[in-house]
Amino acid sequence: MDDMQGETLSRVHPDHVKVLRIQSFGLAAAAVLAALAIGEGLPVLRWYALALAVLFALFWIIRLPARRYAHKGYDMAPDRLRIARGLLFRSDTVVPFGRIQHIDVMQGPLERFFGLATLVVHTAGTHNASVSLAGLKRETADAMREEIRSHIKRQTL
Amino acid sequence: MTQVERDVQSIPAGEGQRTSPLGFVVQALESVRKAILPVIAVLFGTRQIGDWGLELGIAIGLIIITLNAGVAWLGWTRRRYFVGPEDIRVESGIISREARSIPYERIQDVSLEQKLLPRLFGLTTIRFETGAGGKDELELSYVTYEEGESLRELVRERREAGPGQPFAYDSKSEAASGPGPEEADDPVLPQESGRLLFAMDPKRLLLFGLFEFSLVIFAVLLGMMQQVEFLLPFDLWDSENWVALRSLWRDNEQVAADAVVSLTVTLIIMAGVLSLGIVTGLARTFARDWAFRLERTSRGFRRRRGLFTRTDVVMPVHRVQAASIDTGILRRLFGWHGLTFISLAQDSGSASHVVAPFARMAEIWPIAREAGLEPPSADLAWHRPKADRWFALGVIAAIPVLAGAIFLAVERHWVWGVLLACLGLPLIALRQYYAWKRHRHALGPRQLFVREGWITPELVMVQRVKLQSVEIACGPLGRWLGYGTLHFGLAGGKLSIPGIPLGEAFAIRDSILTSIAGVDFSDLPR
Repeated sequence: MDDMQGETLSRVHPDHVKVLRIQSFGLAAAAVLAALAIGEGLPVLRWYALALAVLFALFWIIRLPARRYAHKGYDMAPDRLRIARGLLFRSDTVVPFGRIQHIDVMQGPLERFFGLATLVVHTAGTHNASVSLAGLKRETADAMREEIRSHIKRQTL
Repeated sequence: MTQVERDVQSIPAGEGQRTSPLGFVVQALESVRKAILPVIAVLFGTRQIGDWGLELGIAIGLIIITLNAGVAWLGWTRRRYFVGPEDIRVESGIISREARSIPYERIQDVSLEQKLLPRLFGLTTIRFETGAGGKDELELSYVTYEEGESLRELVRERREAGPGQPFAYDSKSEAASGPGPEEADDPVLPQESGRLLFAMDPKRLLLFGLFEFSLVIFAVLLGMMQQVEFLLPFDLWDSENWVALRSLWRDNEQVAADAVVSLTVTLIIMAGVLSLGIVTGLARTFARDWAFRLERTSRGFRRRRGLFTRTDVVMPVHRVQAASIDTGILRRLFGWHGLTFISLAQDSGSASHVVAPFARMAEIWPIAREAGLEPPSADLAWHRPKADRWFALGVIAAIPVLAGAIFLAVERHWVWGVLLACLGLPLIALRQYYAWKRHRHALGPRQLFVREGWITPELVMVQRVKLQSVEIACGPLGRWLGYGTLHFGLAGGKLSIPGIPLGEAFAIRDSILTSIAGVDFSDLPR
């Protein structure tokens, strides 16, 4: 995990790459279809357009999710959660447990298939009102939620 | 955080009370105002049909008013509120009933708002804020001002007392002890008169109004000049015409006299628009900030202002998240500034509360101190961000300008091309330079200060513990030049430091996080 600060961060589950790949399938398919359409209209360009589209699709489906995965990391310190992500535009967010208002563990259909989950922590801030960390193993996400919850004091009435 | 429950508890039989019957009158009158537009539309629509257009319009207007008044009356009869031992309950709705209860502990704030019409009747809208914002707040309109005040007092005392304490509430006796309705024009409070922190007299307001002159009016002015151009016998924008006008004067006195008349008319119109701009600014300021009073009461800051719509907002001190001191291009030269509190509460749609719109710095700091915010100490080290960011962004902004200039030169409009380059590029350079130069930040032991704005500098200050999260964002340009943007999670506002060297960003984050993590959100000073 190459990190702006040089600390080691934990990675999310490798199956996250598969989810990302399946999610990026739509746009890649659209690119290939567009290339086919261009080929119909301008037969001269047919093979160039198709080759370009296939290259883009391969990059989009195979290379990009792997890079995005490699750049995603988190760190559970005793009193704070740190989440780093982003390939071109990197962001590195730290949320102290004491400022977390509530926690969600969410699972989309794809994530459920792979047994993954997304952890979302909500803060009172306008910026970073909710910070999400996708690609965690369901058990890990649940454990993290419990861990964070044990640190949050019960809101006084 | 909000615990507004619907349809769970209802008012015990025989208990509860109605809102003020005068409120029905106000709602009926408001429906008359709403009916005016449809009636005018009908009048216009039926003009061609025949002679009975007017009668039809009036009939439709009457139907709308009667219907609205009927609905208002039904709504009034079906609306009851109950001040319980643990919560405030409101039942309302004509066909579908809604019962809402808010426990006292969840009520963050009680605000009173008096629009012009209700104000004439001594009525007010009372809003119980739970922090949910907007639709989920409990709103009760209209109650008498005294009833609103006593409800507000009650909620506060109830919150202070905590649950389970015996509590008696009798609205009639409280209302009787309050001020009479003839004093409703300038509501004075018997229960709580706080320490005055800031007030604006009409003289100050007049000066403030002059500075509130909107720049938009200049755009209107230019637009108008294009509109009235047809009055002139020549093109206003072509300098050659002005030379021609002089020769015309010599040659033909009649035509010249016409031109002078048109020119005078134009100038008069322009002067009219200008004074209209000043008057609009003054009127807006007077309407909004008339009799501005900021007080420090035992419960927090209390602000009252407004000529037609009088608002009365109380903000507990602990809900102030940050403060910002801003100014304007002109007023800055005369040393006038404004203080705004950033909080979670809503103030007519914005999360910031203006607590001193037009004041001297010497008046501002005592108010900020009341909110626990100290001015930056003299030995505080201020840091500038990395100039690379502004330089790089300036270069990027210069590219299209340069391209445009080259294009013009190639198209043989080389004068315009040179002009564009000579005007545009220095302007960008100047802007970027000042944007960088005016940006600065300082990290005190308890507070963070961020100053930005290239024409009108704004200083935002916040207590470290009131920050919610810290993010360091870094784009491709920033990675190349080694800077990032530090974003802080601030409840009710945004705070960020752009163009900060990455190493410093991480150092600031670590320092602030140790301050934050030491204090739990629930333990923040209340």
